[in-house]
Amino acid sequence: MKQLRRLWQGDSGLGPILIGLVALVAYFQIRNSVFLSAGNITNLFIQSTIFILLGMAEIWVLLMGDIDLSIGFSAGIGGAIAVILTSSQHHWPFWIALPLALIGCTLISVIFGLIVIRLRLPSFIVTLAGQIGLAGVLLFLIDSQGNTGGSLPVQEKVLYDLVNGNFTPFATWVLILVSVGLLSVFILRADRRRRSVGLSDKPMWLAIVKVASLIVAGVALALVFNTNRSTFTTLNGMPFAIPIDVGVLAAGTYILTKTRAGRYIYAIGGNTEAARRAGINVNRYRLLAFAFAGFTTGVAGLLYVSRLNGISTGIEGGTYVLYAVAAAVIGGTSLFGGRGKMIHAVIGGLVIAIIDNGMALINVSASGLEMVTALVLLAAVVVDAVARRGSTANG
Amino acid sequence: MTTTPEPPTSDVSEKTSAPLGGSGVRVVDTDQLLSLRSVTKDFGAVQALKHVDLDIPAGQVTALIGDNGAGKSVLIKTISGIYPASSGQIFWKGREVHAHAPKDATALGIATVYQDLALCDNLDIVQNMFLGREETKLGQLDEIKMELATKELLKDLAVSTVKSVRQLVSSLSGGQRQAIAVARAVMRDSELVIMDEPTAALGVSQTAQVLQLVRRLADRGIAVILISHNLNDVFSVADRIAVMHLGTLVSQGPIANYDTASAVEMITTGASSRVTASARAAD
Repeated sequence: MKQLRRLWQGDSGLGPILIGLVALVAYFQIRNSVFLSAGNITNLFIQSTIFILLGMAEIWVLLMGDIDLSIGFSAGIGGAIAVILTSSQHHWPFWIALPLALIGCTLISVIFGLIVIRLRLPSFIVTLAGQIGLAGVLLFLIDSQGNTGGSLPVQEKVLYDLVNGNFTPFATWVLILVSVGLLSVFILRADRRRRSVGLSDKPMWLAIVKVASLIVAGVALALVFNTNRSTFTTLNGMPFAIPIDVGVLAAGTYILTKTRAGRYIYAIGGNTEAARRAGINVNRYRLLAFAFAGFTTGVAGLLYVSRLNGISTGIEGGTYVLYAVAAAVIGGTSLFGGRGKMIHAVIGGLVIAIIDNGMALINVSASGLEMVTALVLLAAVVVDAVARRGSTANG
Repeated sequence: MTTTPEPPTSDVSEKTSAPLGGSGVRVVDTDQLLSLRSVTKDFGAVQALKHVDLDIPAGQVTALIGDNGAGKSVLIKTISGIYPASSGQIFWKGREVHAHAPKDATALGIATVYQDLALCDNLDIVQNMFLGREETKLGQLDEIKMELATKELLKDLAVSTVKSVRQLVSSLSGGQRQAIAVARAVMRDSELVIMDEPTAALGVSQTAQVLQLVRRLADRGIAVILISHNLNDVFSVADRIAVMHLGTLVSQGPIANYDTASAVEMITTGASSRVTASARAAD
């Protein structure tokens, strides 16, 4: 029972939102059986990608108690850079253009980070100015390509395939099974090492349950991805976007939990003064977090233009940022810094995409969709706050 | 022991200042861990410390007492490198040192536990203990090594009330937090631990636990400077007393030279004829 409560409250507080996620899925499935079809599930993952990636970008800054409102348009600029450089007019190779887009987005966040840190200004205002300014820069970039009618198409195969390309079913199996296998080995080895020095306070079955659910999830995903989702031709295999998402998630999680940089970012978010007195170069790590946010934003931008097959002046960069913050918060990340995990953006992004997707399937109007998204965001914050109060009282 | 019943004049400080060492390195002939000689700190026209001569021996608890504004905080901030001294000398193990920043003092082995404890509530005990000096293996945090070291140290210091070292610090009681902050100072091989009002916010039993911890530090050979307003605490745990009044160190010596009444008198008026006499006799 105590174990269950620990799992429920945990320090990640994932319990309530996972139940919410399952409830949403069940509801939409009952209302429309298409919801859990292989095609729609794959579609869901693609739809959630932009929220997930921007959410992970935002978590880097949220962890320090900062916010970056500029990443929506920054992602647009990154995407625009990639689209323009690889266009038939410039035709740079993708292996230069795509990294340049990532570097561009990283630099944008670093510049705002420098202004926030050096001049000791609130990140909210600095990046709000950034959001407005970058919207202008994006317009300028698109207009600079001549008479385009406000949008530029993707003309390069690799960029197009980031989201629209798929692995072969065989490669899908190999990739998923190898990843699941490696992760299982890491989990079991870590558990055994802790046990061998007498440190483990968690029961052995917890690690085994973790590994078992990992394998089940992996096999289920592979089956879903490998089901034909086209009525006319054969369309199957895992979209390239999925391992990109997972790669960003894994890299971010690794940095946050296994390296000094991650530990210091948490410390700065929890108690900046304490971090400073512990000898941590606070400004350096704050800037590093902005840089990570910028890089992740760049990845989001590339997948964004890939999915929409182009970049247009109509990109709702301001709205995307707010959905990114919502994704992070729905997942359990605190706006006040010091608490959050990369996985939160994945859960939150999926929840937002599920509502989006499910409401469309059951023919709810846009007004209803936004109101429901709002309610879920509010519910997530309320449940989190209540659970947290409970855990402090128990502590 | 040096006792300066009145604000010292320049010839007093000359008498107690260190002789020049042979190769230009100033040394002082003393078995003290830390010695301050004629240390002064000015903030513009305000003289917060006036020619302070203070000796801190290893393995003993020195209580630094004085009223609000007496200069206790400025003095410990000078020792811990937050404020560089305006003039005077600081000797560490007999050698003159210049701490310009907190990290200089930390490098010497001076740790300061401020009232706010400087703990990160969102991190667990192990993470706080090693904050800023994590153990790594191939660039990756070595959690097992850090957790084992934390457990061992807490056992050594008889801090037995925490359930798990993987508990978040936010879930700890005031006394436990204090214990973690102190243990962290010990973990960093500190030879001098300065504690600013460690018991101010604590209840009776937690105060007793923290004072026992202070005692164990001294028993390990660590010098402790304890700032406290609570004379009960001071007389129950300290080996020595140093009294500050209006920026001047008015008296220091073994605890036996003082009693509550004389300590209060010195805190409020800066002098007590009775104590200075007995302290002189002791010298």
